[in-house]
Amino acid sequence: MAKIAFDDDSAVVIIGSGAGGGTLANELCQKGIKVVVLEAGATQSVASFINDEWKSFSQLAWLDARTTSGNWRIAKDFPGLPAWICKTVGGTTTHWAGASLRLQEHEFKVRTHYGAIKGANLMDWPLTLKDMEPWYDKAEDKMGVTRTHGIPGLPGNNNFKVMHAGATKLGYKEVHTGRMAINSKPRDGRGSCQQIGFCFQGCKSGAKWSTLYTELPKAEATGNLDLRPESHVTRIEHNAAGKVSGVVYVDKAGQEQRQKARIVCVAGNSIETPRLLLMSASDKFRDGLANSSDQVGRNYMRHMTGSVYAAFKEPVHMFRGTTMAGIVGDEARNNPKRGFVGGYEMETLSLGVPFMAAFLNPGGWGEEFAWWMEHYSQLAGMWLVGEDMPRESNRVTLNAKVKDKYGNPVPNVHFDDHANDIAMRSHAYTQGERIYKAAGAIRTFRTPPYPSTHNLGTCRMGTSAADSVCNAYGQTHDIPNLFISDGSQFTTGGAENPTLTIVALAIRQADHIATLMNQRAL
Amino acid sequence: MQAIRIATASRGAASAATNGHQVPLTRREFLKGTGILLGTLVIGTPIAALAPSRAWALELKALDTATGDALLKFGRVLYPHPNLPDAVYALLVKDLDAMAAADPKLAGQLRDGVAGLDRATGGAFAKAKPAAQLAAVKAIEGKPFFATVRGKCVTALYDNEMTWTAFGYPGESFSKGGYIRRGFQDLKWLPDPPEGASPPPFLG
Repeated sequence: MAKIAFDDDSAVVIIGSGAGGGTLANELCQKGIKVVVLEAGATQSVASFINDEWKSFSQLAWLDARTTSGNWRIAKDFPGLPAWICKTVGGTTTHWAGASLRLQEHEFKVRTHYGAIKGANLMDWPLTLKDMEPWYDKAEDKMGVTRTHGIPGLPGNNNFKVMHAGATKLGYKEVHTGRMAINSKPRDGRGSCQQIGFCFQGCKSGAKWSTLYTELPKAEATGNLDLRPESHVTRIEHNAAGKVSGVVYVDKAGQEQRQKARIVCVAGNSIETPRLLLMSASDKFRDGLANSSDQVGRNYMRHMTGSVYAAFKEPVHMFRGTTMAGIVGDEARNNPKRGFVGGYEMETLSLGVPFMAAFLNPGGWGEEFAWWMEHYSQLAGMWLVGEDMPRESNRVTLNAKVKDKYGNPVPNVHFDDHANDIAMRSHAYTQGERIYKAAGAIRTFRTPPYPSTHNLGTCRMGTSAADSVCNAYGQTHDIPNLFISDGSQFTTGGAENPTLTIVALAIRQADHIATLMNQRAL
Repeated sequence: MQAIRIATASRGAASAATNGHQVPLTRREFLKGTGILLGTLVIGTPIAALAPSRAWALELKALDTATGDALLKFGRVLYPHPNLPDAVYALLVKDLDAMAAADPKLAGQLRDGVAGLDRATGGAFAKAKPAAQLAAVKAIEGKPFFATVRGKCVTALYDNEMTWTAFGYPGESFSKGGYIRRGFQDLKWLPDPPEGASPPPFLG
């Protein structure tokens, strides 16, 4: 592993080691570029991951204080936990389920396709699906996505059998075990899925792609990576010319350190990334870095979500096997006749008894709740995930009233559901229940959204510095050597799980950064 | 996951086992205001098979027996599972007692809350009729005392091996090789999806 000196200003400094940061690090290192990765969390491994929901949550989740506001139900159910994302080497790629779907063509051009929608800050991406196709292709190959590159699909578990039976009975056509970054057979030095059933708790077989044991060790093997876990960045600094010059972070020992940089790439997920830019405000950049558009922290998206659980007379044992074991794709297209724009995916999901108690109906009690828990072995479950509307007022801000352990303001996450989100959720709940009734469900239940796993849009990309934070390469309009390298870049959210797009954008960004460095443009 | 951490008791109510040692319950401890909850697991149930002994005892550090007993019944009203033994609900009391021991203010909230439930049921909440218990609990829904107990139930009642066993959830699976050879697609009451939708597993 490289050891890059604090005053060495020739390296690229990446903040975060998840899907965006971890991928970008490896891509740059492969091109011979020196990289420092600063990761706030500690290092785990397939050996240290825990098949236990609460223990694993303590091990992996980002639990630093956050606050919430707005009319979303999360603010009531989980006021201190707006997002279920990770603070660990590999970031949320340790926890993700593995669903790897491309955005659809129209989802890059929603302002064009959906028109102006009141209360929504719709904008076309500065990219098209055609632009992204080669990068999606590289991302799918890198991650070993099933049903691409000749990789077979995963075998469906019992939870998928129920979904498939009901969905096909209703006439749905796109029903299969999905495109998953989980090895269906050994590939890239990693084994195949053992159907362990704890995908969210870190994959103990290593079959699921995570930067922890793919991108990061490959980057280290080049000798160009200096990975520093337990390094919590608190500020990005700039020089008199207005270019970023380095970052300040608190290391494992609690010591403040200053790392010089040629380029800084921020990949802290869509809450910490804008928070860091806002916390880095200076005399020159009074509203925070790269924020002349006033869009940093705004347009926070978290996908329209919800779950349907259904009870059957016979056992299902949904917990056996991959957590996200199959998908119905038919509702993902844009069909405004349903009463909303955009679409949604339906994906199987399973929780263990501990998390079912926490998430089935937060705050719920009494005989009905007890009935559902007692029927645990007879339950099937699905997650509904669709495009939500970006809104300027849905935003991450600094909450000066609450400080973290370093004395910095915690992020407040404000979210109000748009009428389109509510209409879509209602439709998705109805269809989910219909699927399970078609498969013979005796009862169905509409579970409200979990804390957000798909946090997007808070440093959106666009063609103009007036209404976006970064360009189509994630390069900020205001500061040429400052990049956004995570889901914060998303102009709009699409219906699909975002990780594949984050990885594809990171590969593309690495290519662009290398070109600019070669040209001495940075 | 919470293992069965309540101590098992030997025969008779006069002694309780803590960490495997026999600790006679002295008069002094009663005078301190501590309490003890006792119970027996029904023999032949899967849960009883988990426990080293059928009889169990829970020594309380901060709460007295009557308060502990009322909280146990409160847990049963909130999450009524006739098939779960009192030993599971005693885990709730154990956790609440630990919180009370660490935080006198919270201990006061629990004691006052139980006193309120007792008043609402015209004497002893723990001995009241189910309908009266439910009415008393409904009347305090959303209050801090209610929120404390209900919130603790989520982990105390559902993050333990006894409940998992009763509900058919086995917990960790990695040490057993996952489910690839142990029934992840053994559901027989619906047709199997075609291979295009669900290809066969790779078994090496």
